[in-house]
Amino acid sequence: MTTTVNPPSPEQREGLRDRLRHGREAVAQRWHHAPRWVRWVLLAAVIVFFYALPNKEFYQYLGPIPTPGANFTQVLFTVSIYVLMAVGLNIVVGFAGLLDLGYFGFFAVGAYTVAVLTSPSSDIKTLWPWLLVVPIAIALTMVSGVMLGTPTLRLRGDYLALVTLGFAEMIRIAAVSSPFLKGQRGFNQIPHPPGQYTDGKPIFGVLDARPYYWLVLTLIIVVVIGVRNLTHSRVGRAWISIREDEDAAQLMGVPTFKFKLWAFAAGAAIAGLAGALFAGKQNFVNSQNFELLNSIIILAAVIFGGSGNIVGAIVGGGLVAYMIERFRGIELFGVELYEYRFLFFGLVLVVMMIFRPQGLIPNRRRAAEFKDRRKEVTVGE
Amino acid sequence: MRQKLTRVIGGVAMLALVAGGAACSSGGEETASGDKCGNKIAFFGALTGSSAALGINENNGVKLAVDKYNKENADCKVELVELDSQGSPDQAPGLAQKAIDDTKILGIVGPAYSGESEAAGPLFNEAGLPTITASATNPTLAQQGWKTFFRAVGNDLSQGPAAGNYIKNVIKADRVFVIDDQSAYGAGLSQEVQKVLGSAVVGTDKVQGEGKQTEFSAVVTKVKAANVKAVFYGGYYQEAGLIRKQLTAAGVTAPLVAGDGVNDGAYITSAGAAAAEGTILTCPCQPATEARGTFIEEFKALNGVDPGTYSDTAYDAANILLAGIKDGKTTREGLLEFVKGYSGEGVAASYKFVEGGELDPAQVKVWAFKVTGGKVVPDQEIPKS
Amino acid sequence: MNFDDLFSNFAQYTTTGLTQGAIYALVALGYTLVYGVLRLINFAHSEVFIAGAFAAIWTWNGFGLDQNSQVSGVGSILFYLLVAMIVAAIASAGTATVIERVAYRPLRKRNAPPLAFLITAIGASIAISEAFGVYTRRLPEGAPILVSTKPLFHVFGAPIDAVQLLTVGAALAMMVALDMFVNRSRVGRGIRAVAQDANTAALMGVNKDRIILIVFIAGGTMAGVAGLLYDVRIQTLTYSVGFLLGLKAFTAAVLGGIGNLRGALVGGLLLGVIENYASGLFGSQWKDFAAFAVLVVLLMFRPTGLLGESLGRARA
Repeated sequence: MTTTVNPPSPEQREGLRDRLRHGREAVAQRWHHAPRWVRWVLLAAVIVFFYALPNKEFYQYLGPIPTPGANFTQVLFTVSIYVLMAVGLNIVVGFAGLLDLGYFGFFAVGAYTVAVLTSPSSDIKTLWPWLLVVPIAIALTMVSGVMLGTPTLRLRGDYLALVTLGFAEMIRIAAVSSPFLKGQRGFNQIPHPPGQYTDGKPIFGVLDARPYYWLVLTLIIVVVIGVRNLTHSRVGRAWISIREDEDAAQLMGVPTFKFKLWAFAAGAAIAGLAGALFAGKQNFVNSQNFELLNSIIILAAVIFGGSGNIVGAIVGGGLVAYMIERFRGIELFGVELYEYRFLFFGLVLVVMMIFRPQGLIPNRRRAAEFKDRRKEVTVGE
Repeated sequence: MRQKLTRVIGGVAMLALVAGGAACSSGGEETASGDKCGNKIAFFGALTGSSAALGINENNGVKLAVDKYNKENADCKVELVELDSQGSPDQAPGLAQKAIDDTKILGIVGPAYSGESEAAGPLFNEAGLPTITASATNPTLAQQGWKTFFRAVGNDLSQGPAAGNYIKNVIKADRVFVIDDQSAYGAGLSQEVQKVLGSAVVGTDKVQGEGKQTEFSAVVTKVKAANVKAVFYGGYYQEAGLIRKQLTAAGVTAPLVAGDGVNDGAYITSAGAAAAEGTILTCPCQPATEARGTFIEEFKALNGVDPGTYSDTAYDAANILLAGIKDGKTTREGLLEFVKGYSGEGVAASYKFVEGGELDPAQVKVWAFKVTGGKVVPDQEIPKS
Repeated sequence: MNFDDLFSNFAQYTTTGLTQGAIYALVALGYTLVYGVLRLINFAHSEVFIAGAFAAIWTWNGFGLDQNSQVSGVGSILFYLLVAMIVAAIASAGTATVIERVAYRPLRKRNAPPLAFLITAIGASIAISEAFGVYTRRLPEGAPILVSTKPLFHVFGAPIDAVQLLTVGAALAMMVALDMFVNRSRVGRGIRAVAQDANTAALMGVNKDRIILIVFIAGGTMAGVAGLLYDVRIQTLTYSVGFLLGLKAFTAAVLGGIGNLRGALVGGLLLGVIENYASGLFGSQWKDFAAFAVLVVLLMFRPTGLLGESLGRARA
């Protein structure tokens, strides 16, 4: 069957999907054409909304949004950690186009650095304060990113995915099995971030998760501003050129290896920060925190939201982490949906990739690439 | 159109600001509703996921206790809240806080595993919500100064030596191979057993728990080469069953000795009745004939399955909380004091808590059970030293 | 490091490693076939294996056999094995077909980038595995003891039993059959042609979609047989074992040179043995660590594997 039958192009198909697409484009267009101050106000409103969100006085009026099965503020903290990591992974996957399936390994490195250096159950018993250890954790994750990247970044595509996956799994096994990292017994009494209210109560206490969430949220904003500036610089343009065509980029004089390493290290540092924040809030770190599935969830979140677009990554990370928690406490026909959450998650990934491979909020350039590719459908299909 | 948009934006921003401002005034939750009726207790543990078997066992025990209580006190019922942690420490704080937020929840049975107990313990302590765990046996849990932590079973330090003594004095094995699954429970137990056995331990190995490993040929090779009289396994029944099965298949006849994590009917299913025969299971609990009464029948009638490991302990733990509520201790503070001063008999053991919330060592009796004819039957009480 | 243990039990580590390696190799064939033809890591292949393994156990359950059953008589043992093998192969091949139709073909039609394939593969893998998990209530299912594990003879002190002979023998037989199919038959020529250059093959009159389907079915059949052998050997099955085993099988495929059928065999056997040696040397807890370390090191220094890549080029 060598006859070439071109499938009906998307333009020829009318229907709901098209109308949806037009609606979305209209929204996007209005956003881009709105005056600068409107955009700023809107952005500020969104930010204020998210700062207000963990307060019970606010979220109890939000109808079905708060999670029924777990404390909403605590869930928000988890979600914010995922969002921070999605922003970090987006640099690696979205900008530089490097498929990293072991991103959670860097999170583990960050969390364990904090645990080992601060916990009284650690063998070395340095008992340093949390704030001092955070920069060390970030630096160490960056170094581990470079160490992993130097030999492996010569590989491309699927191979790189597999090596990073193997690396994450090795970190997990080391956490479980090496006596120094304490396995499942873990490290307890990890100190919280510093700070006191005027009445002497610690800001970062045990019961109130809001300060932790606000801290992560603030850091997300800082990181996003940093990443945004980076992408608009020479580094960002180099990353995109590598993603589009590595060989061409190299020929044009872009030192591809150096910039790939940069992307890897920057992504790793953000994951290390997330790990350090997690350890500071959780008070306890053990090997059960680092399952391989987490790496897959983060990657899926970035792709789901729209890789290559910071807003997309934020939305993806937030939605995926939130949806998984949201299933808790919902009963349907007598079975709790929580049991089925990963089943749904898997199905959503398949459906999503088939119908919207560019993600929910794609990068404009990426979306154009996808469109191009669809036109180049090869013979025999 | 644009004006409309900006107005909407302004409205949203105002709303958010108001809400943000209002938030600053909110502090911790107030406890102490003090109502006599409509109170709740919660079970905290894995009900789904790969480590759910133990949690389901315990939850069924708690269900039975609550069910019986509500039949006896139909005019003033207690509600059971199930908090499914999946055994994961990540999820523990969110669930713990959920329980704390609900001021009607006066006490918790759980958390079931040591890892989640570590993560949730500080929150319960801060909120003054009493917890009685039926299965988290890591000794460090009682050493962190949590005033709300109680443990209804002996910790690793009580069961481990007993298992070691049984191997030394009853089996009289001078060559023993010790395996554990690297869980907080399994590793702790095997450590204690090794301390007791000393030089009789001729080899050790570690495997992966939680269903991650099914192929144990390397372990089997080592055990076989060590030519031992007994094999100790610290871990849960799923891996224990496979190890026993593969040991038997390779012709190793030395008996397997394991802790209460293996004391479950599913072990025999997993190993197969023939291979499981002769396995020794230690448990800091007493056999059915002594104090259990109609527990097993009632359990089966309600849940449709036989009680498993820790079902009875969780049942007892729930009964301690329920006894407090019945006694009119309908605040968290009151119930906490009640549990602290509690002393009584349950179906699995006698309960009295000492410093740190540990079960009074005098109350901990460790029994050895033996798999005979496809059933777990009591063998003998193991002396403490 | 425990060299004494490794050396004194060397023969037995080798034989049990080879047995486990044979199962890896069979699963690895599925990865290699699909990769050779589509340049795609079929991440969901691990669930193809699990489908076969469950199908075999449920077939035996259908005959009234559970983990405590003892079957005697060579005739009935062979009958049960053969029936379960056919059912397992059909179940696995069916699962593979569904995955290719639902998850991959729509993407191929749109010429989606490789990243999209990887994500759908992961999605399909999670969904299928969870479906089995929910259905079995995440409890292990037991298989009857069909083949005796009494040692038949010894090689350098290592006992060899019927299960080991069956596993390695069946795996080798399946592999030879597949090798002949790909290298000798008309369809096999089509497979090699598509592997070499899909577009040219299509122009030459090869039905690419059909070839791809056949490749998935062939890989699925191998995984189904692997599932049966796994049941016979381990006698217990949990829904979640596929993931790690699939990852190991993939490692085996890369080790031997992905896309290369004979490489899958070499890689599988080698990985099984390496794992066991590492268990002896460092303790069983480091077994998987060793497997992944081998993968990482190998990809860094010889990404094409030991025997080199490519289904089409190597022996066309």
